[in-house]
Amino acid sequence: MRLVIRNLQVSYDKIRALHGIDLTISQGEIVCIIGANGAGKSTTLMAVSRMVPVEKGSVMEFCGHDLLGYPPEKVVSELGISHVPEGRRLFGNLTVRENLTLAAFARNDKAGIARDMDQVFTIFPRLQERISQLSGTLSGGEQQMLAVGRAYISGRKLMLLDEPSMGLAPLLMISMFEALKEINKSGTTILLVEQNARLALKFARRGYVMENGNIVMEGEAMELLDNPDVKKAYLGG
Amino acid sequence: MQLFLQNMVNAMQWGSFYALIALGYSMVYSILMLFNFAHGDIFMVGSYIGFGVATALLGLTVAFNFPLPGWVILVFTIILSMFLTSFVGMFIERVGYRPLRDAPRASAAITGLMIGIILETGNLALLGAERLSFPPLIDTVIFTVGGVHLTNKKILIVGVSLAMMYALHVFIQKSKWGMAMRAMSYDFQAVPLMGISINKIAPLTFAIGSGLAAGAGILYSLAYPVLDPYMGVLLGWKAFVAAILGGRGSILGAALAGFVLGFIEIFSVWIFPSTFRDVIAYSIILLILTIRPHGFFGQAHSTQLRL
Repeated sequence: MRLVIRNLQVSYDKIRALHGIDLTISQGEIVCIIGANGAGKSTTLMAVSRMVPVEKGSVMEFCGHDLLGYPPEKVVSELGISHVPEGRRLFGNLTVRENLTLAAFARNDKAGIARDMDQVFTIFPRLQERISQLSGTLSGGEQQMLAVGRAYISGRKLMLLDEPSMGLAPLLMISMFEALKEINKSGTTILLVEQNARLALKFARRGYVMENGNIVMEGEAMELLDNPDVKKAYLGG
Repeated sequence: MQLFLQNMVNAMQWGSFYALIALGYSMVYSILMLFNFAHGDIFMVGSYIGFGVATALLGLTVAFNFPLPGWVILVFTIILSMFLTSFVGMFIERVGYRPLRDAPRASAAITGLMIGIILETGNLALLGAERLSFPPLIDTVIFTVGGVHLTNKKILIVGVSLAMMYALHVFIQKSKWGMAMRAMSYDFQAVPLMGISINKIAPLTFAIGSGLAAGAGILYSLAYPVLDPYMGVLLGWKAFVAAILGGRGSILGAALAGFVLGFIEIFSVWIFPSTFRDVIAYSIILLILTIRPHGFFGQAHSTQLRL
């Protein structure tokens, strides 16, 4: 399985946000995209999940399927690509259980759904404790757990994560990344976007650095951590 | 006291129509942030479909010399007409509103008004200006309890309306489709990320709203058996007021406000001359909305308002 992106261009109202980026991810990898605010990281994820329209000439393939031929809901239900968007976008008027049930809306394998639910509760026992609570009343950390849990159930060949560390206390950040590693070990490929570059690069195997809608650097995460330019720009010297 | 109770009974019946129609406005608003201004006319179409179904069923029983009791025909008429009218709603969503999903909300509102006009004048062109009279499927039986007149029809109308509202409530709270509708009312754009197509939830919502409007239409025709192409206009606008009064997008609020509207109208006739009814009633509502601009259960929308 591979996600192949070539010459991806996205514009918002005539202003170009992505200037033709190339990106490849193999089965089982953890890949991160780092960069400053407005570099185009979230837009890249939204293009993959088909939440934003792309310009002509953009190429996106997943497991040999042309992503451009799929509407957003089928990217999830048929290709197994889930997206934890910026701000998590939980349904705050629904309980934890309902949020998770809804994530299985397009699935018909009852046994499989039950197994995945159990798996989510094994990874995030806290969610089980909060199961009947409205998701809008959860703490930030719990909301992030639910967002990831929801993605795990809706489609988990490839998980796109937009700032999983956002708003979390340092200790929670680490346990969140440990949970993600566990999910990755179970066979889910992960592409994540982070402003916390140090954390992301320690967690990922490979990384891309974005600036102003372009990919300016790519490589092994360890190399990027040691790269003087990356250090200076994103790791605080 | 006796008169008060009598008015209460009448208000319950009158409010049932508003409540059932208002639900359709509110459901569509809550998931798509648009008011389907053709909804009053869907009520009209539902009544005509009910007329057609009832007449056809009566014709069949005569043709096959198989007389069925009127209430059996009524039950079939309600079920079949709700089913058929739901397709009218889905068709309107598909043709009228879906192409405008990303257009400014004002365009969608105008489209709704035009669809309404098309339904009214289309009916006029098809069936002529003559009013139709709904077949009397059941005879009116009057009970007098403590000086208050109840009829079997009033009980039926209020009972069936409440049952429909309860069924809707259970569907929205318990089924996965209802769950998806609630999710959509909270965050429209995040729904596809769950693998759920908006193009399934939106038609479903129109179908349910239109089905309820048809149910209201047949119940209305039981009480007031005269059908004309413009019967849905004023009733539709008033039900729209109820939907606003209940709080935009609030299902419970719409049902409650429908009944409140019924009460205010009936009781203003009790106290004031009947020609003053709407002036008094809607002044009261204006006053309520001045004090509570978001209605009974409405919230001040912020991030999700797509107007």
